[in-house]
Amino acid sequence: MNKMAQSVSLKSRISPRRLFVDGSFRFFLYISIFISLGMIFWVVSSLWNEAGWLLSWDLVTKFPSTNIDNAGFQSPLFGSLWVVGSATLVALPTGLLTALYLEEFAGKGNKLTRLIELNIQNLAGVPAVVFGLIGLAFVVRGFIKWGFTVGSAAAVIAMLMLPVIIIVSREAIRAVPPSYREGALALGATPWQAVWRLVLPSAIPGTATGTILAVSRAIGESAPLLLLGALSFVTFNPTGLDSPFTIMPLTIFKYASDSREEFQVLASAGSLILIAVLFALNLIAILLRDIATRKRNV
Amino acid sequence: MEKATIVPKAVQLSPSPHLQRRLRNQFIAKIFMTIATVLSVVVTVGIVLSLFPTAIRTLAAVGGQLFGVTWAPLFTPPQYGILPLFTGTLMIVAIAMLVAVPVGLAAAIFLSDYATFNLRRIVKPILEILAGIPTVVLGLFGLYVINPDFVEKYWPIGEPLAYTAVGAGFVTGILIVPIIASVADDALSAVPRAMREAAYALGATRREVATKVVFNAGLSGVVAALILAFARAFGETTIALMVAGSFPKLSGNPGDPMMTLSAFIGFAGIGDVEVGSQAYNTIFLIGAILFLVTLIFNIIGNKIISRYREAYE
Repeated sequence: MNKMAQSVSLKSRISPRRLFVDGSFRFFLYISIFISLGMIFWVVSSLWNEAGWLLSWDLVTKFPSTNIDNAGFQSPLFGSLWVVGSATLVALPTGLLTALYLEEFAGKGNKLTRLIELNIQNLAGVPAVVFGLIGLAFVVRGFIKWGFTVGSAAAVIAMLMLPVIIIVSREAIRAVPPSYREGALALGATPWQAVWRLVLPSAIPGTATGTILAVSRAIGESAPLLLLGALSFVTFNPTGLDSPFTIMPLTIFKYASDSREEFQVLASAGSLILIAVLFALNLIAILLRDIATRKRNV
Repeated sequence: MEKATIVPKAVQLSPSPHLQRRLRNQFIAKIFMTIATVLSVVVTVGIVLSLFPTAIRTLAAVGGQLFGVTWAPLFTPPQYGILPLFTGTLMIVAIAMLVAVPVGLAAAIFLSDYATFNLRRIVKPILEILAGIPTVVLGLFGLYVINPDFVEKYWPIGEPLAYTAVGAGFVTGILIVPIIASVADDALSAVPRAMREAAYALGATRREVATKVVFNAGLSGVVAALILAFARAFGETTIALMVAGSFPKLSGNPGDPMMTLSAFIGFAGIGDVEVGSQAYNTIFLIGAILFLVTLIFNIIGNKIISRYREAYE
């Protein structure tokens, strides 16, 4: 009885000083997390205060213009859609096949495989603007000579998306239990059949999450396309890969560098549209991942 | 006798037409996978091939001028002293790290050792959304909010104008908080539970467990997070261009406008630099420098991460 009382009172042996440090540290952590989460609300709310009143369908139906009454975001919205859409059509299958190869068929620990892995990992860290330079040298001028077109931009954005898609797809493929493959192989399936019919379908939610995040990153990307002539007023929607184009982020940039205040408000309104699109994409990605992890835990 | 003829037949498993077709499909799939993998490697080769020949040619033409203190490739005579771009870049990156490291690390410690499971499930996605805010939007925020409302009013040294390095640094800091938080959280969460339990058993408080045991055990991963964040800030273009301006000033005052290495590339893209000119070629030289610096930091960071993964998993 006596012993039990002693062990219950153990907590009070922590000196007041330690308790104080413990409490203040906890307080500091809560403040920090509050700050880092508050940053989003700060950024979004200050843009909203400046330009929220301007939001209307007109912004989406009007084309860019130097006349504030006619200025909107239609061609940049379609331009972003064209560029990122075509880039995804290239980067997704390429990235997925690369991920499948590296996870399922390449020799593990093999020197060549490790070199490829290292290469992809570091490609993901190359500054985006450098991808604009490769586009400028090879795709715009160089031997492809595509000029300042949707096609050139899509090629550059596809290169940017590729490492991200490979990395997330590999993680999704790795998370598929080995028993799936073993079961299929035991029933006489070829390795490719096991991968195509079982591994790939199970990896779809994870891959989709990663791809959506890569897409949303690509939509917000501005620096590389600065070098590809996207910073111009294009007053018509792209009709194909050979069309000149502009994109949302750089139209915002363009409006922001106008000295007239109305255009700066317009730039903020454009940012709100862009953020709304990206938040929606992020939300879809997060929900998808939630579903995927819940499925796996069952 | 009849039996004996059946057995060899069964052993002689020549692939059935059906299996042959399946094997052929696998062969075709493998070809496609190989092509895809080669393509992803080709991108890196492409970067190197597009940057370095022009970069080396420019380096040879510019030569010793590179060490000058004035960057004015558009003036006559042009001057190619790269020092202002370097100091501008380092200034902005340093401010960004100053802002992001305490907040990012605190967020990581919070997520790994303090947050409940449900809180974590809410906080992590919000941080991801922060990571997804486009740089052009952060640039606007710096240009319209941070510079006029804060820097211009309260900056103690000199008289800050519309463009400031400290504003760009602060906003770049917002950009890299989620990188630090998520990579460092991965590292701290990978520290084995047994180490925490042992420390608690010895009577440590939660703060002592988090900072003295878990943080030290996960230190290499935390360092990797800082290195990757540094590389990201180093290559950031749009924010620097919008908030710090495009004037390559050699100055120690963070309230001044400055130009970063990457901002010059973007600046050239705006069209103020004649295509094919010497000044234009310098963007490939600067691109090569950016590529090499970030490559080195990324290799070190990723190497550290793969090492702690080996240690704990």
